[in-house]
Amino acid sequence: MIPDMLIDIARVFAILSLVSIGGANAVLPEIRRQVVDVQGWMSDASFTNLFAISNAAPGPNIILVSLIGWQLAGLAGLAVATLAIMIPSCSLAFLAGRVVSRWSDKRWVTLLKQGLVPVALGLILASGVSMMRTADHDALTTAISVATAVFVVFSSRNPLWAIATGTGVNIAALHFS
Amino acid sequence: MTNQQDPADDVRHTVSKSELFLGFLKIGLLGFGGIAPWARHVIIEERRWLTDKEFAAILGIGQILPGPNTMNAAVMIGDRFQGVPGVLLCLLGQMAMPLVIVTSLASIYQHFATIPEVKAAVVGAAAGAAGLVLGTALKMARKIRLAPRALVVAAMAFVAIGLLAWPLVPVVAALVPLGIAAAALERRA
Repeated sequence: MIPDMLIDIARVFAILSLVSIGGANAVLPEIRRQVVDVQGWMSDASFTNLFAISNAAPGPNIILVSLIGWQLAGLAGLAVATLAIMIPSCSLAFLAGRVVSRWSDKRWVTLLKQGLVPVALGLILASGVSMMRTADHDALTTAISVATAVFVVFSSRNPLWAIATGTGVNIAALHFS
Repeated sequence: MTNQQDPADDVRHTVSKSELFLGFLKIGLLGFGGIAPWARHVIIEERRWLTDKEFAAILGIGQILPGPNTMNAAVMIGDRFQGVPGVLLCLLGQMAMPLVIVTSLASIYQHFATIPEVKAAVVGAAAGAAGLVLGTALKMARKIRLAPRALVVAAMAFVAIGLLAWPLVPVVAALVPLGIAAAALERRA
Protein backbone atom coordinates (compact mmCIF):
# COMPACT_ATOMS: atom_id res chain seq x y z
CA MET A 1 0.00 0.00 0.00
CA ILE A 2 1.38 3.34 -1.00
CA PRO A 3 0.18 6.11 1.33
CA ASP A 4 -2.07 8.70 -0.31
CA MET A 5 0.33 11.43 0.73
CA LEU A 6 3.12 9.99 -1.44
CA ILE A 7 0.79 9.75 -4.43
CA ASP A 8 -0.27 13.38 -3.93
CA ILE A 9 3.38 14.47 -3.66
CA ALA A 10 4.26 12.60 -6.86
CA ARG A 11 1.28 14.05 -8.76
CA VAL A 12 1.77 17.68 -7.68
CA PHE A 13 5.52 17.80 -8.35
CA ALA A 14 5.49 15.76 -11.58
CA ILE A 15 3.06 18.30 -13.08
CA LEU A 16 5.16 21.20 -11.77
CA SER A 17 8.24 19.59 -13.30
CA LEU A 18 6.70 19.73 -16.77
CA VAL A 19 5.79 23.43 -16.57
CA SER A 20 8.86 24.68 -14.75
CA ILE A 21 10.38 26.66 -17.61
CA GLY A 22 13.07 28.80 -16.01
CA GLY A 23 13.71 26.37 -13.16
CA ALA A 24 12.57 26.37 -9.56
CA ASN A 25 12.81 30.15 -9.25
CA ALA A 26 10.28 30.57 -12.02
CA VAL A 27 7.79 28.13 -10.48
CA LEU A 28 8.30 29.23 -6.88
CA PRO A 29 4.98 31.12 -6.76
CA GLU A 30 3.22 28.02 -8.11
CA ILE A 31 5.03 25.72 -5.64
CA ARG A 32 3.91 28.00 -2.80
CA ARG A 33 0.36 28.15 -4.16
CA GLN A 34 0.13 24.35 -4.43
CA VAL A 35 1.82 23.50 -1.12
CA VAL A 36 0.18 26.21 1.04
CA ASP A 37 -3.11 27.21 -0.64
CA VAL A 38 -4.27 24.25 -2.74
CA GLN A 39 -3.02 21.19 -0.83
CA GLY A 40 -2.83 22.86 2.59
CA TRP A 41 0.28 20.85 3.44
CA MET A 42 1.85 23.59 5.57
CA SER A 43 1.53 27.20 6.71
CA ASP A 44 3.07 30.10 4.84
CA ALA A 45 5.57 30.49 7.70
CA SER A 46 6.73 26.84 7.48
CA PHE A 47 7.06 27.20 3.71
CA THR A 48 9.19 30.31 4.16
CA ASN A 49 11.44 28.41 6.61
CA LEU A 50 11.96 25.53 4.17
CA PHE A 51 12.63 28.02 1.40
CA ALA A 52 15.29 29.73 3.52
CA ILE A 53 16.92 26.40 4.48
CA SER A 54 17.02 25.21 0.87
CA ASN A 55 18.66 28.48 -0.11
CA ALA A 56 21.34 28.02 2.53
CA ALA A 57 22.34 24.71 0.88
CA PRO A 58 24.30 24.39 -2.37
CA GLY A 59 23.00 22.71 -5.51
CA PRO A 60 20.04 23.12 -7.86
CA ASN A 61 17.32 25.08 -6.10
CA ILE A 62 14.70 22.41 -6.79
CA ILE A 63 16.05 20.77 -3.61
CA LEU A 64 13.34 22.95 -2.02
CA VAL A 65 10.94 20.36 -3.44
CA SER A 66 13.01 17.48 -1.97
CA LEU A 67 12.91 19.24 1.39
CA ILE A 68 9.13 19.71 1.21
CA GLY A 69 8.80 15.96 0.53
CA TRP A 70 11.08 15.18 3.47
CA GLN A 71 9.06 17.43 5.77
CA LEU A 72 5.77 15.81 4.70
CA ALA A 73 6.70 12.11 4.62
CA GLY A 74 10.31 11.55 5.73
CA LEU A 75 12.81 9.70 3.57
CA ALA A 76 10.11 8.21 1.31
CA GLY A 77 8.70 11.71 0.78
CA LEU A 78 12.16 13.04 -0.04
CA ALA A 79 12.72 10.30 -2.64
CA VAL A 80 9.26 10.62 -4.22
CA ALA A 81 9.35 14.43 -4.40
CA THR A 82 12.89 14.47 -5.83
CA LEU A 83 12.12 11.86 -8.49
CA ALA A 84 8.77 13.48 -9.35
CA ILE A 85 10.33 16.90 -9.94
CA MET A 86 13.31 15.42 -11.87
CA ILE A 87 12.03 12.62 -14.10
CA PRO A 88 9.59 14.56 -16.36
CA SER A 89 11.85 17.55 -17.03
CA CYS A 90 15.00 15.44 -17.36
CA SER A 91 13.33 13.05 -19.81
CA LEU A 92 12.23 16.03 -21.88
CA ALA A 93 15.77 17.48 -21.76
CA PHE A 94 17.13 14.12 -22.91
CA LEU A 95 14.79 14.00 -25.91
CA ALA A 96 15.25 17.70 -26.70
CA GLY A 97 19.03 17.35 -26.56
CA ARG A 98 18.92 14.57 -29.16
CA VAL A 99 16.41 16.43 -31.38
CA VAL A 100 18.32 19.73 -31.27
CA SER A 101 21.71 18.17 -31.98
CA ARG A 102 20.14 16.49 -35.01
CA TRP A 103 18.20 19.49 -36.40
CA SER A 104 20.22 22.41 -35.03
CA ASP A 105 20.32 24.19 -38.43
CA LYS A 106 16.52 24.30 -38.85
CA ARG A 107 14.60 27.58 -38.62
CA TRP A 108 11.95 26.28 -36.18
CA VAL A 109 14.62 25.35 -33.65
CA THR A 110 15.97 28.91 -33.70
CA LEU A 111 12.47 30.46 -33.45
CA LEU A 112 11.50 28.22 -30.56
CA LYS A 113 14.69 29.10 -28.69
CA GLN A 114 14.12 32.82 -29.26
CA GLY A 115 10.42 32.75 -28.40
CA LEU A 116 10.90 31.12 -25.02
CA VAL A 117 13.54 33.57 -23.81
CA PRO A 118 11.20 36.48 -22.85
CA VAL A 119 8.75 34.11 -21.12
CA ALA A 120 11.53 32.63 -18.99
CA LEU A 121 12.92 36.07 -18.21
CA GLY A 122 9.55 37.47 -17.12
CA LEU A 123 8.97 34.43 -14.91
CA ILE A 124 12.32 34.77 -13.11
CA LEU A 125 11.67 38.46 -12.50
CA ALA A 126 8.23 37.56 -11.11
CA SER A 127 9.91 35.04 -8.81
CA GLY A 128 12.26 37.63 -7.40
CA VAL A 129 9.32 39.89 -6.52
CA SER A 130 7.25 37.01 -5.16
CA MET A 131 10.19 35.80 -3.03
CA MET A 132 10.64 39.31 -1.66
CA ARG A 133 6.97 39.45 -0.71
CA THR A 134 7.40 36.22 1.27
CA ALA A 135 10.82 36.99 2.79
CA ASP A 136 10.69 40.71 3.56
CA HIS A 137 8.70 41.66 6.66
CA ASP A 138 10.24 45.05 7.50
CA ALA A 139 12.44 47.86 6.25
CA LEU A 140 15.65 45.98 7.13
CA THR A 141 14.87 42.75 5.25
CA THR A 142 13.64 44.78 2.28
CA ALA A 143 16.92 46.71 2.32
CA ILE A 144 18.88 43.41 2.46
CA SER A 145 17.00 42.11 -0.61
CA VAL A 146 17.50 45.31 -2.57
CA ALA A 147 21.19 45.56 -1.62
CA THR A 148 21.77 41.91 -2.64
CA ALA A 149 20.02 42.51 -5.98
CA VAL A 150 22.19 45.58 -6.63
CA PHE A 151 25.33 43.58 -5.74
CA VAL A 152 24.36 40.78 -8.15
CA VAL A 153 23.63 43.18 -11.01
CA PHE A 154 26.83 45.21 -10.69
CA SER A 155 29.36 42.67 -9.42
CA SER A 156 30.50 39.35 -10.82
CA ARG A 157 31.82 38.24 -7.43
CA ASN A 158 30.26 35.30 -5.64
CA PRO A 159 26.80 36.36 -4.31
CA LEU A 160 27.65 34.32 -1.22
CA TRP A 161 29.38 37.48 0.06
CA ALA A 162 26.21 39.56 -0.23
CA ILE A 163 24.03 36.89 1.36
CA ALA A 164 26.49 36.33 4.23
CA THR A 165 26.61 40.08 4.86
CA GLY A 166 22.81 40.36 4.82
CA THR A 167 22.54 37.45 7.25
CA GLY A 168 25.12 39.04 9.58
CA VAL A 169 23.36 42.41 9.47
CA ASN A 170 20.02 40.82 10.32
CA ILE A 171 21.57 39.00 13.34
CA ALA A 172 23.35 42.16 14.50
CA ALA A 173 20.09 44.11 14.27
CA LEU A 174 18.66 41.95 17.07
CA HIS A 175 21.00 43.64 19.51
CA PHE A 176 20.30 47.20 18.42
CA SER A 177 16.52 47.25 18.42
CA MET B 1 39.14 35.05 -23.68
CA THR B 2 38.72 34.42 -27.37
CA ASN B 3 41.52 33.57 -29.73
CA GLN B 4 41.90 32.61 -33.37
CA GLN B 5 43.05 29.08 -32.72
CA ASP B 6 40.59 26.28 -32.98
CA PRO B 7 39.84 25.56 -29.34
CA ALA B 8 38.53 22.11 -30.22
CA ASP B 9 42.11 20.85 -30.03
CA ASP B 10 42.12 21.56 -26.29
CA VAL B 11 38.84 19.79 -25.64
CA ARG B 12 38.56 16.21 -24.49
CA HIS B 13 36.64 13.88 -26.74
CA THR B 14 36.08 11.19 -24.16
CA VAL B 15 35.11 11.59 -20.54
CA SER B 16 34.79 8.48 -18.41
CA LYS B 17 31.77 7.61 -16.27
CA SER B 18 33.65 8.14 -13.01
CA GLU B 19 34.95 11.53 -14.22
CA LEU B 20 31.38 12.62 -15.05
CA PHE B 21 30.14 11.56 -11.63
CA LEU B 22 32.98 13.21 -9.68
CA GLY B 23 32.83 16.39 -11.78
CA PHE B 24 29.12 16.86 -11.11
CA LEU B 25 29.55 15.89 -7.46
CA LYS B 26 31.90 18.85 -7.16
CA ILE B 27 29.55 21.18 -9.06
CA GLY B 28 26.68 20.23 -6.73
CA LEU B 29 28.81 20.73 -3.63
CA LEU B 30 30.12 24.15 -4.66
CA GLY B 31 26.97 25.55 -6.17
CA PHE B 32 25.57 27.95 -3.62
CA GLY B 33 23.06 30.45 -4.98
CA GLY B 34 22.95 29.14 -8.55
CA ILE B 35 25.23 26.48 -9.95
CA ALA B 36 25.74 27.70 -13.53
CA PRO B 37 28.98 29.64 -12.77
CA TRP B 38 30.43 26.62 -10.96
CA ALA B 39 29.36 24.24 -13.70
CA ARG B 40 31.22 26.42 -16.19
CA HIS B 41 34.29 26.57 -13.96
CA VAL B 42 34.53 22.80 -13.48
CA ILE B 43 33.49 21.75 -17.00
CA ILE B 44 35.47 24.28 -19.03
CA GLU B 45 38.33 25.79 -17.01
CA GLU B 46 39.20 22.82 -14.88
CA ARG B 47 38.43 19.73 -16.95
CA ARG B 48 38.04 20.94 -20.56
CA TRP B 49 35.11 18.73 -21.41
CA LEU B 50 33.53 21.37 -23.68
CA THR B 51 34.33 24.73 -25.26
CA ASP B 52 32.64 27.87 -23.95
CA LYS B 53 30.51 28.01 -27.10
CA GLU B 54 29.29 24.45 -26.72
CA PHE B 55 28.56 25.01 -23.05
CA ALA B 56 26.59 28.20 -23.76
CA ALA B 57 24.52 26.42 -26.40
CA ILE B 58 23.72 23.56 -24.01
CA LEU B 59 22.77 25.99 -21.21
CA GLY B 60 20.61 27.95 -23.65
CA ILE B 61 18.60 24.89 -24.60
CA GLY B 62 18.41 23.95 -20.91
CA GLN B 63 17.01 27.39 -20.12
CA ILE B 64 14.01 27.15 -22.43
CA LEU B 65 13.02 23.64 -21.34
CA PRO B 66 11.15 22.92 -18.12
CA GLY B 67 13.42 22.24 -15.15
CA PRO B 68 16.55 24.01 -13.93
CA ASN B 69 18.79 24.85 -16.89
CA THR B 70 21.85 23.44 -15.14
CA MET B 71 20.07 20.13 -14.53
CA ASN B 72 19.01 19.97 -18.19
CA ALA B 73 22.61 20.75 -19.13
CA ALA B 74 23.78 17.86 -16.92
CA VAL B 75 21.40 15.54 -18.81
CA MET B 76 22.69 16.66 -22.23
CA ILE B 77 26.37 16.54 -21.20
CA GLY B 78 25.97 13.08 -19.67
CA ASP B 79 24.24 11.84 -22.82
CA ARG B 80 26.93 13.31 -25.04
CA PHE B 81 29.82 11.51 -23.37
CA GLN B 82 28.34 8.29 -21.95
CA GLY B 83 24.73 7.94 -23.13
CA VAL B 84 22.02 7.00 -20.65
CA PRO B 85 24.41 5.77 -17.90
CA GLY B 86 26.22 9.11 -18.20
CA VAL B 87 22.94 11.00 -17.72
CA LEU B 88 22.14 9.05 -14.55
CA LEU B 89 25.66 9.52 -13.11
CA CYS B 90 25.66 13.28 -13.78
CA LEU B 91 22.25 13.71 -12.11
CA LEU B 92 23.20 11.54 -9.14
CA GLY B 93 26.47 13.43 -8.73
CA GLN B 94 24.75 16.80 -8.90
CA MET B 95 22.02 15.94 -6.38
CA ALA B 96 23.86 13.76 -3.83
CA MET B 97 25.66 16.34 -1.68
CA PRO B 98 22.94 19.03 -1.85
CA LEU B 99 20.34 16.51 -0.61
CA VAL B 100 22.53 15.41 2.32
CA ILE B 101 23.33 19.01 3.23
CA VAL B 102 19.77 20.34 2.98
CA THR B 103 18.30 17.58 5.15
CA SER B 104 21.10 18.04 7.71
CA LEU B 105 20.43 21.78 7.80
CA ALA B 106 16.71 21.15 8.24
CA SER B 107 17.33 18.74 11.16
CA ILE B 108 19.64 21.20 12.89
CA TYR B 109 17.22 24.02 12.24
CA GLN B 110 14.38 22.20 14.00
CA HIS B 111 16.55 21.86 17.13
CA PHE B 112 17.75 25.44 17.17
CA ALA B 113 14.75 27.23 15.67
CA THR B 114 13.82 28.91 18.97
CA ILE B 115 17.15 30.75 19.29
CA PRO B 116 16.53 34.36 18.13
CA GLU B 117 19.89 34.59 16.36
CA VAL B 118 19.14 31.46 14.30
CA LYS B 119 15.75 32.86 13.32
CA ALA B 120 17.33 36.19 12.38
CA ALA B 121 19.98 34.40 10.30
CA VAL B 122 17.39 32.39 8.38
CA VAL B 123 15.22 35.46 7.78
CA GLY B 124 18.28 37.46 6.66
CA ALA B 125 19.45 34.70 4.30
CA ALA B 126 15.97 34.40 2.78
CA ALA B 127 15.86 38.16 2.16
CA GLY B 128 19.29 37.92 0.53
CA ALA B 129 18.22 34.96 -1.63
CA ALA B 130 15.17 36.90 -2.83
CA GLY B 131 17.49 39.74 -3.82
CA LEU B 132 19.76 37.22 -5.60
CA VAL B 133 16.89 36.07 -7.82
CA LEU B 134 15.72 39.63 -8.53
CA GLY B 135 19.28 40.75 -9.29
CA THR B 136 19.91 37.74 -11.55
CA ALA B 137 16.73 38.47 -13.55
CA LEU B 138 17.72 42.14 -13.95
CA LYS B 139 21.26 41.19 -14.97
CA MET B 140 19.94 38.73 -17.56
CA ALA B 141 17.48 41.34 -18.89
CA ARG B 142 20.35 43.79 -19.29
CA LYS B 143 22.53 41.26 -21.14
CA ILE B 144 19.88 39.68 -23.38
CA ARG B 145 18.46 43.03 -24.61
CA LEU B 146 15.04 41.90 -25.76
CA ALA B 147 13.42 43.35 -28.88
CA PRO B 148 10.30 45.51 -28.20
CA ARG B 149 7.74 42.75 -28.95
CA ALA B 150 9.62 40.22 -26.82
CA LEU B 151 9.81 42.80 -24.04
CA VAL B 152 5.99 43.00 -24.04
CA VAL B 153 5.80 39.19 -23.67
CA ALA B 154 8.30 39.30 -20.77
CA ALA B 155 6.30 42.10 -19.11
CA MET B 156 3.07 40.11 -19.48
CA ALA B 157 4.69 37.08 -17.83
CA PHE B 158 5.97 39.27 -14.99
CA VAL B 159 2.62 40.99 -14.36
CA ALA B 160 0.53 37.80 -14.59
CA ILE B 161 2.69 35.76 -12.21
CA GLY B 162 4.55 38.33 -10.10
CA LEU B 163 1.81 40.93 -9.52
CA LEU B 164 -1.51 39.16 -10.18
CA ALA B 165 -0.37 35.73 -8.85
CA TRP B 166 -2.23 33.87 -11.62
CA PRO B 167 -1.63 30.10 -11.90
CA LEU B 168 1.47 29.28 -13.92
CA VAL B 169 0.30 26.62 -16.38
CA PRO B 170 -2.32 28.62 -18.33
CA VAL B 171 -0.08 31.70 -18.32
CA VAL B 172 2.85 29.76 -19.83
CA ALA B 173 0.55 28.00 -22.30
CA ALA B 174 -0.76 31.37 -23.51
CA LEU B 175 2.56 33.22 -23.58
CA VAL B 176 4.83 30.65 -25.29
CA PRO B 177 2.98 30.95 -28.66
CA LEU B 178 3.06 34.75 -28.27
CA GLY B 179 6.81 34.60 -27.64
CA ILE B 180 7.37 32.47 -30.74
CA ALA B 181 5.14 34.80 -32.80
CA ALA B 182 7.13 37.79 -31.54
CA ALA B 183 10.37 36.08 -32.55
CA ALA B 184 8.98 35.25 -36.02
CA LEU B 185 7.74 38.84 -36.59
CA GLU B 186 11.08 40.19 -35.42
CA ARG B 187 12.90 38.14 -38.05
CA ARG B 188 10.55 39.19 -40.86
CA ALA B 189 10.86 42.86 -39.94
